Amino acid sequence: MAVGLTLIFGVMRVVNFAHGDMMVWGMYLALMLSTRVGLDPYVSFVVCAAALFGLGVVVQRGLVDRIIDAPHEMQILLMLGLALVLENLALVAFGPEPVRVRSPLSAATLWIGPLYVDVARLVTFAVALVLTLGLYLFLFRTELGRLIRASADNTYGAQVIGADVRRIYAAAFGIGAACVGAAGALVSPILPFQPPSGLSLSVASFNIVIIGGMGSLLGAFVGGLLVSVAESLGAVFLKPSLKELFSFSLLIVILLFRPAGLFGKRAS
Amino acid sequence: MKWLALAGLAVLLVLPAALSSYATTIFILIFFYGFLGQAWNVVGGYAGQLSAGHAAFVGIGGYTAALLSNELGLTPWLGMFVGAALATVLGALVGYLGFRFGLRGFYFVLLTVAFAEVCRILVSNIDAVGGALGLYITFTGNPRQFQFQDPRAYYYLALGFMLLATGVAAVIERRRFGMYLSAIREDETACEALGVNTFKYKMLAMLVSSFLTGLGGTFYAFYLFSLQPATVFGIPLSVEIVIRPVIGGAGTLVGPILGSFILTPLAEVSRYYFGQSGLHGAHLIVYGALLVTVVLFLPQGAYPFLRRLFAGQSRSAP
Repeated sequence: MAVGLTLIFGVMRVVNFAHGDMMVWGMYLALMLSTRVGLDPYVSFVVCAAALFGLGVVVQRGLVDRIIDAPHEMQILLMLGLALVLENLALVAFGPEPVRVRSPLSAATLWIGPLYVDVARLVTFAVALVLTLGLYLFLFRTELGRLIRASADNTYGAQVIGADVRRIYAAAFGIGAACVGAAGALVSPILPFQPPSGLSLSVASFNIVIIGGMGSLLGAFVGGLLVSVAESLGAVFLKPSLKELFSFSLLIVILLFRPAGLFGKRAS
Repeated sequence: MKWLALAGLAVLLVLPAALSSYATTIFILIFFYGFLGQAWNVVGGYAGQLSAGHAAFVGIGGYTAALLSNELGLTPWLGMFVGAALATVLGALVGYLGFRFGLRGFYFVLLTVAFAEVCRILVSNIDAVGGALGLYITFTGNPRQFQFQDPRAYYYLALGFMLLATGVAAVIERRRFGMYLSAIREDETACEALGVNTFKYKMLAMLVSSFLTGLGGTFYAFYLFSLQPATVFGIPLSVEIVIRPVIGGAGTLVGPILGSFILTPLAEVSRYYFGQSGLHGAHLIVYGALLVTVVLFLPQGAYPFLRRLFAGQSRSAP
């Protein structure tokens, strides 16, 4: 999901505080598809991605577009407002109880040599890897992808060569949101969730993106790995409740010394 | 304007005689959040350094005063200042790191969030200060212990706090210091180019703001008689602190107060009604929608808008 955030931020320099809440909506969508239609989350993530793509485009067109030139602070506040609306709509609609999507895969485990592997996690990881790769290919090998990167690099320049920057923004925001939707559906069998999860998910993905580097896909991926390793080590060597301390400390250090992140190209 | 403020103050001073206890509670919250908003306003509004971690200062102030009172029997009237001093230390740390390393905009926001979260996690893991369960204060009703039988005492206390912060903000606004802060908000680079020591002024604003917010922590602790790390250090409280001045008009004297008068009753009443019908959290939808609306249509907040409306002149927004 950090990949989605980095796309949105990298291209438009818009800070999406509603990220985690969009993800929670993706999760609940997966839950509904699983209980009402009987669709496994490992299939329905495509649907969730499509739905969130729509939401992303609407948000971009209806809200973000209007203040795209405003200072960062206003965008942060806007997205914060949106986050509050999304999170509490979920609370009203689905109630506060933590839930989890059942998938036949989540019960299955696998022995690979001496390693004991949870099949659900393995599949999630594999799909996430494929999605990241796909996104990478899309950004670097297709016309629209190149345009998205061009607008990120130099909005004015992109306009000069005749690119419809607003449409590109909408596409980028939509694709970013779609990644989040897919990610939400994919982790829904692993991670129990409830509406307030959105906030911690947002914060976690900001961590990942900042640590890895804003606007860099590779950075988002490596940042995600780094944060989870740091948290797991923290949980092993200290108390599990202290694990977040590590990612936040890491975040502070990176913010101070490499604000562009480990793989970021420039400081802003 | 001055007369209007004085008249309003006079009404507020005699008002408790006519209020029900529920209405008194709402007014206490209006004043308290108005106070916190005004304290935030010094650094977030005037200087434009959007801090989203102000809850940490509330938490440190409240925890310090409560611990000193519980463990050492020190009266919160003094503990309040110890707490505020410690909050200022954290403010100095965050400010020093953030401003020295030149973090702006979004990066500064994240830094403040990260520090508040670190505080929250630490406090909830230190059993000596109550751990995740938090701290409880036994009610004695003794005014020396910052506790009162009569809610009206809290009413006047909260009003006093709000006036104090507003007074501080007013003094800052009138002085050169306030000018520098607005200049930093509008164009920091130009400010530096003109030879203003932006670091120093941002730092000062942060210190004042964290000190005031830390004082508020004591009020919080001894009004509610309990402190939980998730609530006093959490992001939601930081959001509550930020949202009022923004909606009322950040960087204006009236903004935080107006914002609190708009938002607090709305929040409390809708929390009450939606809560009755089982729709918890619905009041936050109202918050969010209001925030989105304000950002889109009144980016400077309600107060500048109202002022223009009453002045009857159509000044174009800067």
